[in-house]
Amino acid sequence: MSVVLRRVRTFLSVYNALMMEMRAEIVLWMLATTFPLIMMGVWYQAGESGKFALTAAAFAQYFTALFIIRQFTIVWVIYEFEGDVLQGRLSPYLLQPIDPVWRYVAQHTAERFTRMPFVAVLVGVLLVMVPDTRWSPGAGDLLLGALLTYLAFVLRFIIQYTFALLAFWTERAVAVENLWFMVYLFLSGLLGPLDVYSPTMRTIAMATPFPYMMYFPAQALLGRDPGMPWLWVLAILAGWIVLFLVINRLLWRVALKRYSAMGA
Amino acid sequence: MPPMPIIAAKDLCKHYRVGERDPGVKGFLRHFFKRKYKTVEAVKGVTFDINPGEMVGFLGPNGAGKTTVLKMLTGLIHPTSGSAVIDGRVPFHRETAFLKSITLVMGQKQQLIWDLPAMDSLRINASVYDIPQPEFEARIKELSNMLSLDGELKKPVRKLSLGERMKAELMAALVHQPTILFLDEPTLGLDVNAQAAVRDFLRDYNRKYNATILLTSHYMADITALCERVLMIHEGNLIYDGSLDGVTQRFAPYREVRLELCEPLEKRELEKYGEVESIEGREVRFIVPQENLTSAMNRMLAELAIVDLAVSDPPIEQIIGKLFKEGMNGEGTEARRDGGTKGGGQGA
Repeated sequence: MSVVLRRVRTFLSVYNALMMEMRAEIVLWMLATTFPLIMMGVWYQAGESGKFALTAAAFAQYFTALFIIRQFTIVWVIYEFEGDVLQGRLSPYLLQPIDPVWRYVAQHTAERFTRMPFVAVLVGVLLVMVPDTRWSPGAGDLLLGALLTYLAFVLRFIIQYTFALLAFWTERAVAVENLWFMVYLFLSGLLGPLDVYSPTMRTIAMATPFPYMMYFPAQALLGRDPGMPWLWVLAILAGWIVLFLVINRLLWRVALKRYSAMGA
Repeated sequence: MPPMPIIAAKDLCKHYRVGERDPGVKGFLRHFFKRKYKTVEAVKGVTFDINPGEMVGFLGPNGAGKTTVLKMLTGLIHPTSGSAVIDGRVPFHRETAFLKSITLVMGQKQQLIWDLPAMDSLRINASVYDIPQPEFEARIKELSNMLSLDGELKKPVRKLSLGERMKAELMAALVHQPTILFLDEPTLGLDVNAQAAVRDFLRDYNRKYNATILLTSHYMADITALCERVLMIHEGNLIYDGSLDGVTQRFAPYREVRLELCEPLEKRELEKYGEVESIEGREVRFIVPQENLTSAMNRMLAELAIVDLAVSDPPIEQIIGKLFKEGMNGEGTEARRDGGTKGGGQGA
């Protein structure tokens, strides 16, 4: 156990230092992911018309929650991994007695710590500037929201890492994931809350992992009714995690056999 | 009883399927609808053994298959056929004990984190290899002394010179004290002093830990300084496995004769004694086949006014360079085991 703890401590310490070095880039990335705030502007206007199930304030709060969740669930492992495979940088990692995935996990975790203060400032400014974005979550909502956000990050990471493994077969793994991301944008609730989708679209969305990575964590943070018991939401989310983990590990085994250190 | 080899490669083959495409839009379209592939035989049945503690040079021109063999021996790629056993283990099973006993240094690749001091990458490796902190500090001290690298470990990697960076890479690759080292061009791009420092370090490391080293390098000075035994690979075939001296006997059955004449002479007057390699004033360099050496020298001594005369083997760099440049000229695919070093026997 102490070996694992030491690894965790060292990895986080080193990658924290790396992320601090990259703080300027991280701020820029954060600003580049303000998509929910843009959508907030659109839906806020729509909410004022009174033609939708949610009010303007409810839309504003929803997209503020989405912005926060997105900051904590953002994943870029595919860019890093594809570069490592194509440039042959993965080779030294593969020769070490630890799965290379832990490096990427540590990088993502460390990046969250660096990003957090900037997110806090931006959200603070938003709450001051747009009073309708404010809401008062209970402790339970916060805890459940945090748990779902963490699990959403885990699922998003595993899914993207699974796509990243395609880099062993194609030099365009990122392009393949971009297709998936388009569907994710639409069905996760990033473009608009599922409450305003048609029943058919809602049914389709619920059959995919996407709402569990955005919509449900936002509902939890906002203390809103998810339309099903929270235990169900957690169980389904856990199920998606297990499913993609199994696919990921199977693919990893096949991919390792295929790896021929391209570009080396 | 001969020692058990620590590295055993038997009939190692690696074939790749590579797509072929004609240039231009027409080529693209044809390739899109009907893909053509060809099989590249990168390594064709390579067999050799290396004993514990040996330092072996692995030579071959670009694209000969050296790196592919190293990658198969480290388990990075799977052989198409044949087998590799390293210290009793199959590399591509990637057992922890195997991974802890080996390292691969690729001169053109780096594992150090670019924006952080090298010490941070070393800390990561210490935790990965489960090296206790006091032991880690002792090893860093020892390795940095051997490599003359101390304060540099606290500088960001991007600010290190190429030589310093290579030394830091070596530290990162060796901090877990592997006993089997696969080194692929470890001195690539380094200046002469840095090359010499890396060579000295590898020699010391080999002696201190009885480490087995398989080394590829384009700098013959690396090979001649470190390795008594060489493997030569050409177009995927192992063409020579033996002593470094044996390379001269096998591939250069001629001698170099240097003359200092009393008076300069025209090239055409000198050519009757042998192939004239160069003329610089009164100094002439001949290449004379081994079997003609005695008669050629007798004639030179009898017919020319000579101030000084010296006979030597041509430099190994010249032999190998010429060999690879001109091709193997029908040299078979069977490795020559001149020098009687099949399976080593020259362990340090």
